[in-house]
Amino acid sequence: MGGRLRTRLTPYALILPGGLWLLLFFVVPMVAMLSLSLQEGDVVSGYQLTFRWQTYVDGFTNYQEQIVRSLWYGLVTTVLQIVIAFPIAYWIAFRGGRRKSMYLFLLLLPFFVSFVLRTISWKFILTDEGLLLAPLKDLGLLPQEFHVLGTAPAVILGLTYNFLPFMVLPIYVALERVDPRVVEAARDLYASPVQVFRRVIFPLSLPGVFAGVLMTFVPASSDYVNSELLGSSNTFMIGQVIQRQYLSNQNYPTASALSFTLMGILLIGIFIYARVLGTEDVLKVAAR
Amino acid sequence: MRRRLADRVLFVYTWLIIIWLCLPIGVMILFGFNDTQGRFNQTWQGFTLKWYGRLFDIPDLTNALWRSVVIATLTMIIAGALGTLIGVALGRYRFRGHGSMNFIMFAAISSPELVMGASLLSLFVSAGAGLGVATILIAHVMFSISFVAVVVRARVITLDRNIEEAARDLGAGPWTTFRLVTLPMIFPAVIAGGLLAFALSIDDFVITNFTSGTTTTFPLWIWGVTRVGIPPQVNIMGTLIFAFGILIAIANSIAARRRLR
Repeated sequence: MGGRLRTRLTPYALILPGGLWLLLFFVVPMVAMLSLSLQEGDVVSGYQLTFRWQTYVDGFTNYQEQIVRSLWYGLVTTVLQIVIAFPIAYWIAFRGGRRKSMYLFLLLLPFFVSFVLRTISWKFILTDEGLLLAPLKDLGLLPQEFHVLGTAPAVILGLTYNFLPFMVLPIYVALERVDPRVVEAARDLYASPVQVFRRVIFPLSLPGVFAGVLMTFVPASSDYVNSELLGSSNTFMIGQVIQRQYLSNQNYPTASALSFTLMGILLIGIFIYARVLGTEDVLKVAAR
Repeated sequence: MRRRLADRVLFVYTWLIIIWLCLPIGVMILFGFNDTQGRFNQTWQGFTLKWYGRLFDIPDLTNALWRSVVIATLTMIIAGALGTLIGVALGRYRFRGHGSMNFIMFAAISSPELVMGASLLSLFVSAGAGLGVATILIAHVMFSISFVAVVVRARVITLDRNIEEAARDLGAGPWTTFRLVTLPMIFPAVIAGGLLAFALSIDDFVITNFTSGTTTTFPLWIWGVTRVGIPPQVNIMGTLIFAFGILIAIANSIAARRRLR
C-alpha cells in the first residue's frame, strides 16, 4: 500500500522543483505585472494599488501607432517567412535524402551567434558606406542618397532573418511526417503533381505552418532589437516603447500596462492555437 | 524531366537561403581580422591577426564575457537538473496535472521574451529585489527548464519500460533503478538539454536586458557600445563562441550516430 502511494506521488515529486521555479518566476511575475499596471505612484515614493484602468486606456491611445505598426511588421514578416521557408522545408523533407540533418544544421547556424551580434552584422552590411551599398553606389547602380538602414524594409529584413529557422523547422517536421504512401496513392489515382501538392501535401503541412506562425509572429511583433539597430524613429515598435518605459523612464505602471496589453493580444492567438491544435507540435520543435 | 528541373531550382534556392543566413556570420568573422584604426570597425582596412593577440585588452568586455560563461554554466546545471526531472515525469507517468504542466511549458516556450522579461522585472521591482547576477540566473533557468524538459521527455518516451522492470525484479529499489538504469539511458538527452540551456543562456539578450540592472553580460555589453562602435574583440569572441558551439554540436551528433550503431 505504502509502495503504491509512493509510486503515485513520484511524478509530483519529480516536477515539484522545476514546476515551483516556473510558478514563481513565470506565472507569479505575470500577476505581479498585472498588479503593477493597476498601481499609481513613482519609484521614489512607492506604489499603491488603485485599480486605475485608465493607464490601459492612455497607453493604448498614446501608443496605438506603435502597436499597430508592430502587428503589421509581425504580419509581413510571418507571411514572408512562410513564402521563403516552405520551399526549403519541402525540398529538405522530400529530396534531402541522407543529407537531411546536414541541411537542417546549416539552417540553424545563425543560432550559434548571439542575436544582437547577428543583427549588428546586418547593420554593418546595410549601412550607407557599407559592404553592400558602397560598391553598388560606386558603380552608379544606385543613387548616392539611397539608403536602406532606418527604413521599414530594413527592420522587416532583420526580423525575417532572425526568426526564419523557427518557420522552417515546424514546416519540415510536418512534411517529414507525411506518409510517402499517401502521396503515391494520390499519384496512382491520377492526381497531377499540382493536385498532389494542393490536396495532399499542403493540407498535411498546415499544422507545421500554424506552429511556425506562432513561433515567428510572437517574437517578431514584440521585438525591439531589430528596430533599434536597423530602424529609425519612423519604425518605432511597441517593444521599444515598453523597453524604454521600463528601463529608461522607470514608468512602471504604464510599461506594465502596455506589456500586458501586448501579452493579451498575443495570448489570444497563443490560446486559440493551443485549444485548436494542441501544444505538441511546438513542444516537438523545441525538442530538436 | 520537369520534375528534375524543379528539384534543381529548389536545390539552388535552398543553398541561396543558406548563404543568406550565413552572410552576417561571415561578416562577423571577417571583421575580426580587420586592421582597423579607430573603434569604427566598418570598412575593410586589410588583414591582421593583431586583435587575436589583444583579445582581452578591454577589461569590461572580458568581465562581461566571463560573467556570461559563468551564468550559462550555472543555468546548464540547474535547468539541466530541474528540466530532466520534469521530462522524466512527463515521459514516464500519467498523472493529474500532466496537461497543466505541458501547458505551462508550452506557454513559457511560446511567450514573448519581452513580456517574460518585463514581468520578471515587475516582480523584482514589487519585491524590492536588487538586480544582478542572481536575478539574471533566475530568469535564465526559468526559460531554459522547459526546453530541457521537452528534450528529455522525447527520449524517455522511446525507452523500453521492461528494462527498468527487470531491474526492479532483480531487487533494485526505485532510486537504484533510476541511477543505474534510467539515467544512463537518458543521459545523452540530458547532455543535449543541458547544452541547449547553455546556448540559450549565453546568447540571451532580451530577458537579460530586463533583469540585469547595471550588471553586463556579453550581449548586453555589445548592445551598450553599438553607438560608439564595436571593437574587433567582439567579433573575435563571437567567432570563438560560434566555433565552440559548432564543435560541440558536431561532436554531439557523431556521438549520437555511434550510439545508433
